[in-house]
Order: sequence, then C-alpha cells, then structure tokens
Amino acid sequence: MSVTQRPKEAYLNVFAYRMAPREEYFTRGHRACQGCGPALGLRHIMKAAGRDTIVVNATGCMEIISSPYPYTSWAVPWIHVAFENAAAVASGVDAAIEALQRKGKLPRKKINILVIAGDGGTADIGLQALSGMLARGHNVTYICYDNEAYMNTGVQSSSATPFGASTTTTPAGKVSFGAGYWKKNVAAIATAHNVPYVATACPSYPLDLIRKVKRSFELKGPAYIHLFAVCPTGWGSPPELTVRMGRLAVETGIFPLYEVEFGRYRLTIDFPQGLRPVEEYLKNQRRFRHLSPEIVQQIQERVTAEYQRLKTMEKVTQG
Amino acid sequence: MAKRTGIEVSIAIAEAARQADVDVVSAYPITPQTHIVEHLAQLVADGDLDANYITVESEHTAMSACVGASAAGARVFTSTSSQGLALMNEIVYLASSLRTPVVMALANRALSGPISIWNDHSDVMNERDTGWICIFANNGQEAYDLTLMAFRIGEDKRVMLPVMINFDGFILTHVIEPIYMFDDDEIADFIPPYEPVIYLDTDNPITMGPVGVPDIYTEAKKQQEVAIRESRSVIDEVFDEFAGRYGRRYRAVETYKAEDAEIVLLAQGSVIEAAEAAVDVLRDQGKKVGAVELRLWRPFPFDDLREVLCGTSIKQVVVLDRCISFGGPIGPVLSEVRSALYLEKDKPMVVGVVAGLGGRDIHLEEYIEMFRIGEECLRTGKDAGEEPELVKIVGLRE
Amino acid sequence: MKLKEKPTWRELPFACCIPEPGNSVYYKTGDWKTLKPVVDKTKCIKCGTCWIFCPEYAYEEDEYGYFESNLEYCKGCGICARECPAQCITMEEEVVE
Ligand SMILES: Cc1ncc(C[n+]2csc(CCOP(=O)(O)OP(=O)(O)O)c2C)c(N)n1
Ligand code: SF4
Ligand code: SF4
Ligand code: SF4
Ligand SMILES: [Mg+2]
Repeated sequence: MSVTQRPKEAYLNVFAYRMAPREEYFTRGHRACQGCGPALGLRHIMKAAGRDTIVVNATGCMEIISSPYPYTSWAVPWIHVAFENAAAVASGVDAAIEALQRKGKLPRKKINILVIAGDGGTADIGLQALSGMLARGHNVTYICYDNEAYMNTGVQSSSATPFGASTTTTPAGKVSFGAGYWKKNVAAIATAHNVPYVATACPSYPLDLIRKVKRSFELKGPAYIHLFAVCPTGWGSPPELTVRMGRLAVETGIFPLYEVEFGRYRLTIDFPQGLRPVEEYLKNQRRFRHLSPEIVQQIQERVTAEYQRLKTMEKVTQG
Repeated sequence: MAKRTGIEVSIAIAEAARQADVDVVSAYPITPQTHIVEHLAQLVADGDLDANYITVESEHTAMSACVGASAAGARVFTSTSSQGLALMNEIVYLASSLRTPVVMALANRALSGPISIWNDHSDVMNERDTGWICIFANNGQEAYDLTLMAFRIGEDKRVMLPVMINFDGFILTHVIEPIYMFDDDEIADFIPPYEPVIYLDTDNPITMGPVGVPDIYTEAKKQQEVAIRESRSVIDEVFDEFAGRYGRRYRAVETYKAEDAEIVLLAQGSVIEAAEAAVDVLRDQGKKVGAVELRLWRPFPFDDLREVLCGTSIKQVVVLDRCISFGGPIGPVLSEVRSALYLEKDKPMVVGVVAGLGGRDIHLEEYIEMFRIGEECLRTGKDAGEEPELVKIVGLRE
Repeated sequence: MKLKEKPTWRELPFACCIPEPGNSVYYKTGDWKTLKPVVDKTKCIKCGTCWIFCPEYAYEEDEYGYFESNLEYCKGCGICARECPAQCITMEEEVVE
C-alpha cells in the first residue's frame, strides 16, 4: 500500500478524537519545524498530564523551541537546567514536594512531575541520571521523545539512532552504510529497573499516548515512556507524512506499541493480520535512501525477531 | 544558650544543617566529606531531622537534585569535596543563575591528578567564578557558625544565591574540637523558615531557565553580578546580628597583629592559625609581622582589603596560595589581591608563594621562610621577587 | 502584561524567569507557511482529526462543530490535509495582497 492512500484504521473511532481533553498546556507559538513529531507529542502529553504538573525539560529541540525568552509555550511550571540531568532535577523536585507536603509547608495535593528529554538526553548522556531516578523510586514520569538523533545540534547520531541511518556523524559514504549498530532499547533498560510502569507510544496514536501518560501518573512510583517521534528535518521526510510515518513505524513493527505494568507486557496496538514490510517505512526517508536490499533484509529480520520476542513476553507475563 | 561540646567538626556541620531544619539533603560520598553526609543520613533515619535524603548516584546528580529541590521551594543542603565539586561544576553555575540558595559545605581537598584525598584549595578555586557566595572557615567553630549563617545569607530575599562554606579536609573535618553549639530553638529564631521568591508552583506557573537569547543573556549576567555584589551588605548584617546574639564577630577580612606590621602573610582557611603562631615567634624576635585572613572570597572584599593593606604600616604582603594557576600568575589569590590594589596610590608590594598542596604540611619554619621571602622583597625593593613569574613553592624538595 | 524582547537588566524578571504562562501565543508562526489548509465544510464530518494531529493546535472548533485552522499559527505542514478521513482539506497557495 502506498503512503498516498489513507490507512483504514484512520477511519476507526475517528470521532473519538473529539473526546480528547481540550485544554492545551503546551501552547502554540512554539518554534518547532513544520510537522514536528515531538511537538505534536508534547501537545498530547500535556493534555494528559493536565494543570497540576511540573515539567523538567532537558536541553534539546523541545526545550529550545518552547522557551526562547521572552516567550514560553508552557502553561504549567517548567524548569530547564541542563542536558543530561533532567531525571536528577526531577528527583529533587519530587523529594522537595514530598518533604514540604509532609512538613505542612505545602498544601497536600497530587502534583504530576514530568520529565521531557530527547533520545540523546536519555539514551546517552542522561542514562545514568535516569537509572538513578528509576532505582530510587521517585514519583516521576520520564518521557523520552525519540527522534533518533541529536537534532538540536544538527542531526548527529545517538545510541537511539537506528541501524543503517545516515546522520552527520554516521554519514553514509562510499564504504559506510550509516549507523553500524542497533538502536539501544531504553524501554527495556527501564523495565529492568522493575518500575511500576514502562510504555512505548507514538503521537500518531494520540489516544493510546494520552491513556499511557494518565496511567503513568495513576501508579505510584517511577514510570518511563518512550515516545517515537518523527522528525521531518532530521530524517528527510515530508512534513505532511509525520503522522503517517509514525503509524508506519508501528505497523511495520519497527516501533511496537506496548506497556509493561508491574512486569506484565501488553501490546496496546497489535496487528493480528501481520506486520507490513519494513521497506514501506524506510522508503520515505532521506536518511535510509542509500540502503541496499541486503541491509533492508537485515533490518526486516531483526524487526520480525524483536516483535516475536515481545509477543512471547506478552504471553509469558500475562499468564 | 550555647553548650561547649567536644565534637568532630564534620558532625557539628551536619548538626548545623539539622538545626536549620533543611527539607532536602542531596549528596554523594567523597573523602573527606563522608562523615558529614553519613551523620545527616543517620539523623534522617532516626527521625531527628525531617528531611528527604536523596541517595544520588553522582555529584552531578547531587547538585542537579539540589537545584530541582530548591526550585520547588525546599531548603536544601549538600556537601562535597574535590572531584565531586569538579563533577558538579556544570550545575554549580546553574544554581547561581537560577538563584537557588543551596548551602554547600565544601571539605577542601586537592584535585586529581595524581589523585589525592588530602587538603588544598584547588577544588574551590576551580569554581571561583560560578557566582556562589564563598566563605572560608579556619576552625571547627567557624565551620559550624558559618554553616548556620549561610542559610540566612543565601536565602535572604535581597540575595537568593547559593553559598559555599569552605573548611580544610581532614585538618578540620576529622578532628574533634570543643565547639559552642546553640540550642535548637535559638537557631529556629535565628534562621526563619525559607520563603522562596519564585518556585515551581502549579497555581502560579512560571518558566524557569528559558533560553538566554543574545538579547537577554548579557542582562541576565548583569543581574547576577549585581546580586552577588549587593549580597555584601547582607553578609555584614548577618555577621553583625550573629555577633550581637552570640558574641562571636566575623569579618570579611580578619587580621592578626597587622596594626603596626610591615610584612603580613595573607592566607585562607586553617593555615591562618599556624601562620599566627609564626607571627608570634617572629614578633618575639622583634620583627614587625602580622597575618591577614581573606575570609570572604566571593563577593571579593575589595574595600576591606584596601583598608587593611593600603595607607598603613604594611609595606609587603606575602600571599599564600594553596593552589597553582598553571602557566599563569602563580595562584588565584595572589592575582586577585594584586589586582584589588592596582589603582591604589599608597599600597604595599605583593609577592606570592605556594605551599600546602595535596596535604603537604606547612611547618613553622616554612611560614618563617614565607616571611623571609617577604623581607627579601622589601629589602631589594623588588615587588614580586627576583623572578616574578616563577611559582615559588615553599616546602618543595628541589 | 507583554514581556519586552529587549529588557534592561532591571526590567528582566528575577533569574530571567518567564512569569507569564504560555505567552508564546503572542508569537505568531503563521508566516512560516507557503501553503495553507482550506476546509471544504460540505464534506467535513466534524471528526476533529485535523485538530488532534496539528502540532500547532491551529485548529479551532466553531459553534457548529466545524474545525478551522487559525492561519496566524498554522505553519502549513500539511498533516491535517493528509490525515483528514473525509479528504476535505486541501493545501492551497497563500495569496498575498
Ligand atoms: C553537557 C552538554 N553536552 C553537549 C551539549 C550540546 N547539546 C545540546 S542538545 C544536544 C542534543 C540533544 O539531542 P536529543 O536529546 O536527542 O534532543 P533533540 O535535540 O534531538 O530534541 C546536544 C549534543 C550540551 N548542551 N550539554
Ligand atoms: S529538528 Fe526535528 S525534532 Fe527538532 S524541532 Fe525540527 S522537526 Fe522537531
Ligand atoms: S479532519 Fe476533516 S472531516 Fe474531520 S473535522 Fe477536520 S476537516 Fe472535518
Ligand atoms: S497545515 Fe499543519 S500547521 Fe497548518 S493547520 Fe494543518 S496540521 Fe496545523
Ligand atoms: Mg533526539
């Protein structure tokens, strides 16, 4: 099926979108590029998180585009400190609010503490701080918006960059096919911390995303959500295809949508009729244009195996 | 009422944080700071301190969590040393620019390499321009008193800046000293509850730490510079109030037998007490010598220093640096003292020496040697000695 | 209160915080676009798909339940036109008078 055709599931439950919260706590006037997937995701996330939320933002595209003085796109209290320490700052916010409420210095009410960080700020330079935060059990939802490279600094590779992608530090060339390593699975790393809630999500599935963010705040303790977010600028994809491409990533199994609640896996969007071939996803992106059929085949095999592994985990843990 | 108690200095510092009723402690262990944070953890574990102790996984996180907790409206305390402070460095700047009045007890220790757990001042000097208020204690009593005062100074609405209290690792941290400790309710009166100017309040949402575009970055830095400069009057107020309440007077620049001295040794931290002993020995020999302690390091006490050193009997200053400015002007204290005097007409000559690096003891003879170097400069009229740029290390094996 | 873009250091809020939530709504991004979405209301099924998928939340719902893009913010990415299940949005050239 070509991307110019509209996918069938777009018609399903189409009116359900009207039921999504109308409030916007991530406001317009932000400076994200046309068709920015992470910015779209933030809108959905903030609808779910709501008014009583404190956001800690790591350095990266979303911080830059939302807070160039004197304009802020945040209608909730928000803080940016640095690149690699959003989980650490949020740990401090959590400890403070807990102590101040206990000591009667702040009124008792539920406050959602939310980290927004990119894949570089999460999978690479911020991994230690994230691990510390998850291990200590802070009441924080950490959302990594994964645009699969360091976009803010000009599309350099991160350890979340997918196999075969050409970036400015893993350029495809005469003797190289781009990133020669497989994408780091941060959701699996988070799951290994035995936290109450881990999920993957994508703004192409807004209601699934909103539900997951809400769920993460309902459960006490740390939560990690890995948000697949299309970046037209860094990926060389047409901006109008942002939502479509996210859907294709899910439909091909490149980025499966699942959640792990207290160790129990569940695919929240599944395709009993089978996955689409990965090629449909890869072909609309400049960063994959150079890939040989052999490399595409390698990717296909890996994706099929990973998806199978998830299905097995689902079966085993749901028991 | 204050009770005089024999207590390890580290424990006294931790007790000061308890008496200040901190809400959050975030720290990572490093020698020689460990006893401070261990004691705080025990206080929390025993319910003697109602705070959340965050067992962070690094100093970078320790400082980041301090900033986050302070931004959320909590009174925050941390402590570190050497490599820990160096690892925090990036966020040390953020604490001051975000105006989070974190209080840090810094057990001064040499920076690697080679790795050294022993005392000098290279750790604090590396953070010289981070925008923190920076004060030196030279004994356990001062470390305790100044830790208490740090909360008053940093959290004052006219200041709102983080404060670093420096005290020498091992030399102070691990010794038991008789210290006058105040009653808890006395301190509760001296240190009122913390009231933030801005905080992460869901009923009044603000954006903290936005992008400093070129149109505002300069203005933001100016604001910060004015804040630390103006903190000086608050520091004096707090010193005065402390003296009034408790009888111990602290000054930005302290002197010992400097009134009629010709040569003074200027230093920071615990060495000042040994320097004073050397002064006594030399005075007995009829030499007009004295000692000057630069207690306040940031904001730099320009006027106080000029008042002590300029237009007085003092003709020669010997500055003792506990840190080398590699390939630069010997040491940071020397270069700052010199530049503070630059425009003065009636000023003494200034020579710099380095000693006491990485835990090397400075013996009495070596202090006497420092005064001798001063005498030599004075005699030859060569302000900075024969080779002005040569780093003169006292106590070095040639 | 609209914050100045070039304040003096005294005018700059404490710690250069932005005390006004969500004030980027004053910053109009509409002039970024070359194409603008035009909704054919005769075909619109009022589903809100365009609204949920617009990264700028340019779409506003009118009293009859139709959604229309606020061109002061729309960056012209074309997502709405691509996603509209009734295919009633077309991207048209902006004509400047
Ligand atoms: C300590 C540090 N190292 C490097 C940088 C430069 N830097 C800022 S953002 C960024 C990349 C961000 O990548 P990611 O987290 O994926 O977010 P994105 O820009 O893709 O949204 C880098 C390398 C920095 N700000 N701080
Ligand atoms: S570079 Fe990518 S992630 Fe960054 S603002 Fe542009 S589209 Fe969004
Ligand atoms: S997506 Fe299309 S049909 Fe649905 S409300 Fe928007 S314009 Fe109407
Ligand atoms: S073109 Fe893009 S920015 Fe404009 S209304 Fe449609 S989705 Fe929003
Ligand atoms: Mg990225």
